[in-house]
Formats: sequence, C-alpha cells, structure tokens
Amino acid sequence: MLEFVLFVMIIVVGTAGELCLGRAMRETGELERFRPGAAARLLWRALRVKWIWIGVAMMTLAFFSLLLLLSFEEVSFVVPVTALSYLVGALGGIFFLGERVERQRWIGILLVCIGVTLVLIANR
Amino acid sequence: MYDKWVATETTAPAPTHSRLHLKTYSLIAIMVVAGPVGNLLIAMSMKHAGEVKLWPPAALLPTFTRVFGSLTIWIGIASLITFIVAYMLALSMADYSFVQPAAALGYGVVAVLGYFVLHESVSPLRWVGIAVICFGVAFIRNTHPRTTENPS
Repeated sequence: MLEFVLFVMIIVVGTAGELCLGRAMRETGELERFRPGAAARLLWRALRVKWIWIGVAMMTLAFFSLLLLLSFEEVSFVVPVTALSYLVGALGGIFFLGERVERQRWIGILLVCIGVTLVLIANR
Repeated sequence: MYDKWVATETTAPAPTHSRLHLKTYSLIAIMVVAGPVGNLLIAMSMKHAGEVKLWPPAALLPTFTRVFGSLTIWIGIASLITFIVAYMLALSMADYSFVQPAAALGYGVVAVLGYFVLHESVSPLRWVGIAVICFGVAFIRNTHPRTTENPS
C-alpha cells in the first residue's frame, strides 16, 4: 500500500510539477543563445513566475517519495516505472500547455508505455 | 523586378528549425546522463545509510546525518540539479510532450548503470522493455519539437 501511494506521488504529483515548470518557462521566453550567462539570466527571470514555485513544491514532494521508495526498492526497477508519467505528461501537455500531440508522437508515447509495462512484468 | 526577387530570396527566414533541434538535443543529452547518474548516486547512498527511520521524531536527526553525511548523496543532488536546469532550458524552447518522452533514453542508462555499478540483475525482458522505450523515443523524435508559440 505504501509502495502504491509513493508511486502515485512520484507519477502524478511529479508530472504535474514538471508541467508547471513547462508553463513557467513558456511564460519566461526562449533560450536564444547557448551560453551560461544567457541561461542564468533566463532562469533568474523564470524565478519570478508563480508557476515555478508551484512546480518546485510538487516536485519536492515527489522527490522525497522517490527517496523513500529507493531505500527499499532496486533503482533499475523504481526509475523505469516512473515512466508511466508519460501518459499523464502527454495529457497535461495538451490540456494545460496547449501542445499539439500528433499521431507519431502518440505512437512514441504508447511504445514508451509498452516498454514500461514490459519492465514491470520482468520484475514480478 | 529581378532586384525585388533577389531581395526576398536573401531575406528569407534563416533555418531556425535546425538550431532549435540542435539546442534541444544538446539539453536532452545532458538530461539523459545527469538524471540517471543522480538517481544512481542517491540510491547508492540511501542503501549505504540503511533503514530510514522517520518516527519517532528523535530518530529524524540521526537518519538525516547518516543520509546527508556522505559525499555521494551531494554529488547525486548536484547531478539532479544539472538535470533540472537542462530540463527547464529545454522546456523554454520545446514542447513538454517532446522533451519528457525524449528524456526516456535515460532509462536505458539507468539499467546499464544498475547492472554494471550496483550489480543488480537485469532480466532479458527488462532489456526488451528498455529497447521498446528507445524505439518509442525514435518516433517522438520525428515530430517537431515545438507546436506552440510564446505568449507575447
């Protein structure tokens, strides 16, 4: 049961947090030049967007769930399973960020999910 | 007439798509390495620290000093910070639904590291699963990294 709750925390809350980061970066603007200074300025500007703090809070929660889970599960089992968050991520991308997920991308995401399922089965 | 044609030719938009691809792929490459390395180092230090006791509250401090007292976990945390910075920069120019699945290549790295460094057993079926994940990422790579515009 604890394992299940921790997985939900990592997958749903963690992905929602990343989506918030995506929203914040979208509002901040694009990295124009591939230079450390430009990157630092962009990140500094991003810190003033509220979404980043909502995202960081959610990701922190997911991170500590991951730490706890890693203390009693194998790393090459735990981390691939969190890839289930791709479905949550694609839906969030469409409905929260307004992205267009075309057929090729859906096929890719589904393949990733099949791969994840195989990883799960291989562990039982 | 001819001059006008030449002018429109030379002022045609630069091929920004390939630059977008190059920047996005470079950042994803950093994510793919830094993320798994961070997770691995943290897993190693958590295993080394033994049982994590969060209750009673008096057990919190010894647990924290044991977990955060090793250099390994701090290098792991630094790797994860590198990962998240690369992630944020990638998200500034590409779709979430592109970057997130593309970073799945990291799961292959996780299995390889788990196998060679932590000496965990990785079954053939799990390798197949990881291969399918990589195959899926190849499909995602065929789509344009960005389908939205910046809000002005």
